[in-house]
Formats: sequence, C-alpha cells, structure tokens
Amino acid sequence: MKEYTITVFSENNIGLLNEVTIVFSRRKINIESLTVSESEVKGVSRYTIVVFSDEKKIENVVRQLEKIIGVFKALYFEAEEIVHQEVALFKIANSPKLNGNLEALIRRQNAKILTVNPDFLVIERVGYKAENQELFNELEQYGVLQFARSGRVAVSCQKKEFTSYLKELSH
Amino acid sequence: METAAKAENIKEMNNTGETLSGAEILVRSLIQEGVDTMFGYIGGAIMPVYDALYDYQKELKHYMSRHEQGATHSAQAYARLTKKPGVCFTTSGPGATNLLTGLADAYLDSTPMVVITGQVHSGLLGSDAFQETNMVGLSMPVTKWNFQITKVEEIAEVMAKAFYIARTGRPGPVLIDITKDAQVQKTEYKYERCKGIRSYQPVPKLNMDEISAAAELINSAKKPMILAGQGILLSGAEQELMEFAEKTQTPVACTLLGLSSFPTDHPLYVGMLGMHGNYGPNMNTNQCDVLIAIGMRFDDRVTGDTSKYAKQAKIVHIDIDRSEHNKNISVDIPVLADAKQALTELNKVVSGSEREEWMQTFKDYYQLEYEKVIEKQTHSSRERINMAEVIDCLSEKTNGEAVLCTDVGQHQMTSARYYKFKNPNTQVTSGGLGTMGFGMPAAIGAQIADPNATVVSVSGDGGFQMTIQELAVIRQYKLPVKSIVLNNSFLGMVRQWQDLFFEQRFSYTEMDNPDFVKIVEGYGIKAKRVSKREELQDAIQEMLDFPGAFFLEVVVETESNVLPMIAPGAAVSEMRLE
Repeated sequence: MKEYTITVFSENNIGLLNEVTIVFSRRKINIESLTVSESEVKGVSRYTIVVFSDEKKIENVVRQLEKIIGVFKALYFEAEEIVHQEVALFKIANSPKLNGNLEALIRRQNAKILTVNPDFLVIERVGYKAENQELFNELEQYGVLQFARSGRVAVSCQKKEFTSYLKELSH
Repeated sequence: METAAKAENIKEMNNTGETLSGAEILVRSLIQEGVDTMFGYIGGAIMPVYDALYDYQKELKHYMSRHEQGATHSAQAYARLTKKPGVCFTTSGPGATNLLTGLADAYLDSTPMVVITGQVHSGLLGSDAFQETNMVGLSMPVTKWNFQITKVEEIAEVMAKAFYIARTGRPGPVLIDITKDAQVQKTEYKYERCKGIRSYQPVPKLNMDEISAAAELINSAKKPMILAGQGILLSGAEQELMEFAEKTQTPVACTLLGLSSFPTDHPLYVGMLGMHGNYGPNMNTNQCDVLIAIGMRFDDRVTGDTSKYAKQAKIVHIDIDRSEHNKNISVDIPVLADAKQALTELNKVVSGSEREEWMQTFKDYYQLEYEKVIEKQTHSSRERINMAEVIDCLSEKTNGEAVLCTDVGQHQMTSARYYKFKNPNTQVTSGGLGTMGFGMPAAIGAQIADPNATVVSVSGDGGFQMTIQELAVIRQYKLPVKSIVLNNSFLGMVRQWQDLFFEQRFSYTEMDNPDFVKIVEGYGIKAKRVSKREELQDAIQEMLDFPGAFFLEVVVETESNVLPMIAPGAAVSEMRLE
C-alpha cells in the first residue's frame, strides 16, 4: 500500500462527483482526502484525490475514471511527482493563557492570524498535512474549538499540462 | 415508396418553429434517431409521453411487456440483432427500479439501450413523493450515461446525446429520467443529432505502432490462437476475422458472447472458451505461444485462475475500451481499436502457413472430449433425455440457422456447446450478469427484430418461471416464438455445483413445478410436453413446422452435469472431463 494522488479533470456537471466516487467505493478504496474546484480552464473541474492502494489497482481506477462521460483526463502520481499543500484553519478560545506564547508559535510555524475577537481567534496555516497536524498538537493545550483542513491540492511536475490534453481531445 | 414517404415525413417532423409539449418532443426525438420499435410499460409518471405516442402509432410501434424487466430483455435482444439501441419506457418508482436488472445486464454485455423513465414533478424531487425513486443515483453504476431532465428545453439535446452515447464506442445502456412537468411544458422544437462530446472519444485513433508490433508478433508465432469475443459482432468484423484467421492459419475459439462470430463448421474453428467451453481451446490456452484476443475482456469465467493463465504466451489484446487492457490479464501488446478497424489493418500485413501439428492438438483434444463427454451426452444410454440431445437435434433440424435465445444455467451452457451456429449474431444470451429469466423475453425482442427468422428460446424450468408472464406478449402480438423448457425439476447448474463442490447437499434447488403445458395453454399458445427419447425428434419438428408460437417442455435427466468443466479457482489447463 502506497499513497497516490489522483488528479481528475471533468465537466462541472451534477452527479459527476458521485460517478467518480463510485469507482473507488466499488473497489473498497477509501478516499483520504478529496478536493474539487474549478481548474485553469473555465467550466472544467479539477479533483485532487488522495488514496492508499497499490499501483495495479490505481492504474485500473484511473482508466475507469477516464471512461466516465464528462471526465476529460485522469492521472495518478506518487508523492515525489507532485507539489502539494493543504490549508488548515484553527479556531482557538481567546484566553490569557495565550499571552506571550502565541507570537513565537506563529513565527515558528509560519502560520498567520486571520481574525481576532474577544471570544476566539482564527489561525491559518498552509503546508503538508503532517505540519498542520503538528500545529494542532501544539495548540491543543490552549483549547482548539475547531480545526478544519482543506484536503490536498496538488500540481504535478510532469511537462504535459491539462490544456494540451484538452486540445488533443478537441481535435 | 413507403420508406421515401417515411423519410419525407421525418424531415417534416424536424421542422423548426413548432411549439410542442415535452412528451411530443421526446417522441419526435426517437423518430429522428431512427427508432421504430420500442418496449415498455405505462404508469403515472410517464402518461404524457404515452399520450403523445398515441398520435404516432404509425411511426412507432410500442410493445407492452408484462413486467419492466421483460421489456428490458426484449429491448436488449432487439438491439443485439438490429445493432440499433433498444428503447424502453417505464414509469417512475417501481416501474423504474424493475429496469435495473436489464440495465446491469446490458452494461456488462455492452448492449446499446436508451431507457426512458418517468419521474415525479420536479417540484417534488427529494420529497419522497408517491413513486419517487432516485433513478439517476440508482442506475449510475449500471449505465454508460444517465441524465435527469427537469425542463422541456433540455429534451431534444439530451435525447440526441443519449443515442450518440449508447451506440458509439463500446455500446451500453443510457437512462434518461424525465420529470412529469418537463413532459407537459411546451417549447419550440428543433432537433439536431449529436456529432460529438468533448469529454468522450468513442472511436480511438488507431496507433499504427501498435498494429506493427502486433503484426510482428503474430507473423513470428508458431502456435497462435485467436480468442474472438462479442467485439467482433458489435463492430461487424466477421469477414475480417475470417480473413485474418485464414491468412495467418490461426485457430479461432469464441467466448460465450463471441459465439456465431465465426462459423462453427469452419476448419479453423476450435470451439468455445471458458468454464464449460471445449477442452481443446482451454487446454491450448496454456500451450499456445501467441494469444490474439479480439473484442473480449478476459472474464473470470474465461480465464479461471489468472495466475496460471497463458503464462507461456505473448498476448495481443485488441479492444475499443482502454480500461479493459491489463485489467484482468497483463498483456504484451494492447491495441486500442475497434475490432474491424484493427483487423482491416492487420490483414494488410499478416501471413502464416498451415500449422498441421498445432491444429492436430485441437483435433486430439476434441476426440478425447467427444469420447468422454459429447458422445455420452448426445447419444445417452440413460433412461431420461439429456439436454445435449435436445440441442443437438434442434441444431440439426434448424441447420444451425435459428436465432437462439438462452437463459442462464445448464441449458445455456449446453446450448452454447451443442448448437452449431452458422450465421453471425444468432445467439442472444445473458453472459456477464447471468440473468435468469432473460431468455424468453429476449426471444420476443429477437422475433420483433427479425420477423422472418426462426427464433427459439431455450430456458430451464427455474429461469422460465422468472419472466413467465411475458408469454402474454407472445400472445398479444401473435409472435411465432418457439420456446423450449428443459425441465429437470431443479436449478440444474446450482445443483451441479452442490453435487461437485458441496458434498451433494442439495440445499433449496429442487422445484415442485407447475404444469407448464397448462399454463402456456392458458395464454392461448400451442404447448406440448415430451419425456420419451423416441418422441423428441418429432416434437422438435412439429414445433418448428408450426406456423405460430409453440411451447415445448422436454423432461430431462436431473443428475446430468455439464462437462467438461473448469472448477472455480482452477486453471484453464486443469479442465476436467469427468
């Protein structure tokens, strides 16, 4: 079992997300994280899906994904073939305990404060999942009210970009 | 004359500017797509469409099934024979859920279908309204594409897309769910056939490097073997396959669904592959040096244990669906192409000389199979008739030229083994899904597709009772379908497994059957039962000579097993003869 990041480009249609996830659930592959949003091409959605599986299975999954009508392209990558990040937001109770400790923590963790009000403050950190987890662990002593993470977004290192796949398709 | 008038009529129907109801637009869309026959069952949520159909009875003939599953199987067989999408209409809720078996069957067996289900008013969606089910969600895993129409303006475009998707590339079923309000709203009618979808490439661009690599391997082969699947029939590549086999002097084995893609009386034909196929092609799968698989998908019933499948061979796999390459079996040269397209190119560059020694191995295996199995079954010395005797006799009396529609089980495998198919596309069976109850409604669709053909359905006593109500369709439309039930008072194939692998613990496979002859007579269909060997030939002849529908029940031996057999989990070369 290895971590794979799958990128899918599709039309922005109702029901497509369901079709995509069925390909995984049918094979009992759990989705660790899933991010869907508009890509560099207007109207085309980009999915970033992280799973643990073996390559043979993932190869099949990617071909099944490409078979879906509405999907333009599906690709899979190992960790070193992509640059990836996730965003984490932490909502912390505003308490005197924070005094003196917070600045050092924010600087060290390369995090930033998004908002402060009398009851709570919101910290944002962008990084690997493990890094954001580490910040969570450190913040826990102050009482984390909410911890939301985005799931992975990734761009690939490969030279061929989606727009050239799209051009091939339209010829 | 009639066709010309019809074409003119259709052209007129495409006049723009007319304001029509959604229901009428839907019906006109079908006519635009060349549909003239459909199957279905009316109900609340599809009533406006049926009301529109009433005005188009000349252009569109609708056959009313007695259960929606029956309608789907009829439409499937119709599609397989005509190579046009089979069309089905049903209402929402239970009418729609009853379609799911047929959709799953069509999806696994790559059958083009456009299925239209009524849906509750769009304002009621998600409210658990009467007869509301989420058909888009339910059908997603068993359709090539589906769509829910909630606005009249969507209908023409979506219908065009539905037909385009169903029939192009690897064919498959498409479901269109249409809310009742979209059926009654009005809009301007304008129809344009779909010419392409940007995220869907049905016809792959042929890669000539793949063709040359395949040709090189094929030309160097000493002991090659062709595995012909349904892709040959779907792309109409029967002639190209014949040319390819003859040029390269390569023996041809068919998958279950590939049967009839190559004439059984051809000297290069070596039989059927798979669990209950012929001994030679299975054994030689693990002896050949080059395996040329065309339009087939290495189903587990064909491969047996994949870790012991054709390990010694180089494999060329020609398929139109890229996801089939390396899915079940790792192949050396995948060729992404339509079978006809690939074979046409290959035929320009391949050659081979006679392979007497290699062909002899198939003959020797056949001889062994004949002595151990075939002779014993077709010339049984047992008291009761063997299924093989029935199919053997049917094959002879129809000269292998009937359209044979089979159900699922022992009779299906026996039919596949003993019927000597002469012409392409003359077998209709449920392969991938193995749907009991498929055969008889399929025969209905086949007969409608080809009214002059001799259409024979062969079923077991179990499967026949799963869709027995479709006899009413045979009656209502006076279809000359011949139905045979091979009655062994058991679920024979399951019994066979219980016999071989479950220590003869015959758990819930025995059936106390009704009087089939009486039931069929109740439908006004001529019916006969035979149980004595000496009556069999005449009874089959009587059935074939009878001008209308005819039902023949043959009481057959219960204890007989379909042999040879590759036990589940065993390798193809471990096929047992007894």
